[in-house]
Amino acid sequence: MHFLYLIFIDPFVQMAQAPDLLAQTLWEGLVAGMLYALIALGFVLIFKASGVFNFAQGIMVVFAALTLVGLHHDLHVPAFIALALTIGVMFVLAFAIERAVLRPLVNQPDIILFMATFGITYFLIGFGEYIFGGDPKVMPTGDLYLPNGAVTYHTLGGMVQLQKLDIAAAVIASIMVAGLAVFFSKTRIGRALRAVADSHEAALSVGISLEQIWVIVWFAAGLVALVTGIFWGARSDVSFALEVIALKALPVLILGGLTSVPGAIVGGLIIGVGEKLFEFYWGSLFGGGTDAWFAYVIALVFLMFRPQGLFGERIIERV
Amino acid sequence: MLYREAGQFKTDYASDQAIFPILQDRIGLAVILVVAFAIPLANNDFLTNAMMIPFMIFVLAAIGLNLLTGYTGLLSLGTGAFMGVGAYACYKLTSIFPNVNILIWVVVSGFFSAAVGAVFGLPSLRIKGFYLAIATLAAQFFLEWCFIRVSWLYNYNISGAIEVPQRTLFGIIVTGPRATAETRYYIVLIFLVAMTWIASNLVHGRIGRSWMAVRDMDIAAELMGIRLLPTKLLAFAVSSFYCGVAGALMVFLWYGGAEPAVFNINQSFTILFMIIIGGLGSLLGAYLGAALIYILPIVLRFAPEAVGLHVHAATAEHVTFMTVGALIIFFLIAEPAGLARLWQVGKQKLRVWPFPY
Repeated sequence: MHFLYLIFIDPFVQMAQAPDLLAQTLWEGLVAGMLYALIALGFVLIFKASGVFNFAQGIMVVFAALTLVGLHHDLHVPAFIALALTIGVMFVLAFAIERAVLRPLVNQPDIILFMATFGITYFLIGFGEYIFGGDPKVMPTGDLYLPNGAVTYHTLGGMVQLQKLDIAAAVIASIMVAGLAVFFSKTRIGRALRAVADSHEAALSVGISLEQIWVIVWFAAGLVALVTGIFWGARSDVSFALEVIALKALPVLILGGLTSVPGAIVGGLIIGVGEKLFEFYWGSLFGGGTDAWFAYVIALVFLMFRPQGLFGERIIERV
Repeated sequence: MLYREAGQFKTDYASDQAIFPILQDRIGLAVILVVAFAIPLANNDFLTNAMMIPFMIFVLAAIGLNLLTGYTGLLSLGTGAFMGVGAYACYKLTSIFPNVNILIWVVVSGFFSAAVGAVFGLPSLRIKGFYLAIATLAAQFFLEWCFIRVSWLYNYNISGAIEVPQRTLFGIIVTGPRATAETRYYIVLIFLVAMTWIASNLVHGRIGRSWMAVRDMDIAAELMGIRLLPTKLLAFAVSSFYCGVAGALMVFLWYGGAEPAVFNINQSFTILFMIIIGGLGSLLGAYLGAALIYILPIVLRFAPEAVGLHVHAATAEHVTFMTVGALIIFFLIAEPAGLARLWQVGKQKLRVWPFPY
């Protein structure tokens, strides 16, 4: 009975008693969720356009952040020029991946392409460590004019502290998502991307170049990775430990659906908030550290009832 | 020239259905077995302890994953965790019942792993492909968390790691720090040979055929009367059994102790790479893949020194990562069916040599 009380009643009593703590936890969850959502967004972009489940998205985040920091610190390039150069590097990377990996593997089963992105992941880990070294690095937030410090609100019978950096991240991420939405629906290339997503053959037959589209979409995913990398790196250090967050994006995709941009964002926020709340209020019952698996178990339960995700296209096949 | 089956007639059904129908293959297998049993005689500790024992354990795990991913077509990223279940089960069993023969517990721990695998395989009825891979990731992270947090599993050790106690078999020390490399080598070898033989019989028989039918087209398999849930669950159970035994052997006969980090997600990926490069749906592929993925980094570490180049250890590790990544991509492009397929092609070429057809 006591155990049931601890599970079903006590956490809610705690929430009601200290609403400021609840608000703080919610905010932390939203911030973490936003970063998951950004990684998931990179996955969705590539999956929609090329049907490739890009496992390398996580390492692309690390690689982009490392390139930026490495150029700034080791070669003393001014921050904004380093940013521009990193964007260039991401374009070269997209081009190289299309040339060396995707083009020779056209028409192979999905699973083979999935495995190929494992190869890309390993290559980038080795390459990144070879060039930039494995030590954690500090993101030059000041040079990129990202705000520091925190805003404190005295509400709800206590105080809620919001990091300015997180607020900036939320604003920039929203702008980027809005920009991507406009790009997808209004521009010529965006329409071509959606055509490719619907059917490769039909897109080819109306004169859309698949190669070009793939470079663009991997480049877009690279840009998303760069933004993710900057904000994640600013919150902690830039290191290969960031790679683990890519695996966190997988349950987000399950929740939101593999092909849906709004799904990735909503899924990311749900996972982020759910994980933080569960760890804060229920975690101690399980001995702590529950955020290592909570997202996956949620995704697993979700898969049982709605395999296509919240916003995904319905999968007709039922076996 | 040597490899030609002219004159070898099949006079009964048994010889027609033999797994190695060609005499030269049987001779080759016998030679390999003899060499395998003779390796400890070379008295080279590095060869037995650092190369052959890990290699054979990885082969066992790779066979397990191959039964699931290669033969049944169910992608799993939880191999490391299933190996961990075997290791921890064996550790608990031998601490509770120290007088029972350790090898019995190695086998029994496989059954524990099989049960856990079957539970986490339950979603496979409704989902497949990437979705299933993510479901097995849940197994990986949840079990890994259990290995860290459930202190009962490691007997409340302060270090959080398990240490292998000394156990004997017919008076010979087989586990613990005082066991000799030869003893451990022979035990692992016997496990490997026996379990490869069982796996070979499984995949050539009714069960293996139903697995392959499910892999090739599950709807058609169901129409033919194969019940999907039992078949898939059996694949999960057998695969986890192999991984569990491999995990138990890994801790008891190779490492001599383990932390939860041994069974992390990277271990799962390593085994997955072995079967991709070796060949999905091939037992030989498990051997070739394990050889390449495990032995290649060792070679890369020592090769520069052998030719007089001094490379920093960290650099060598990075180069290894890059090489493995590049190799995966290269093999997927050149031969998606893996090294086993290359071997097949080579054999076919030899059979008709010097003629191209």
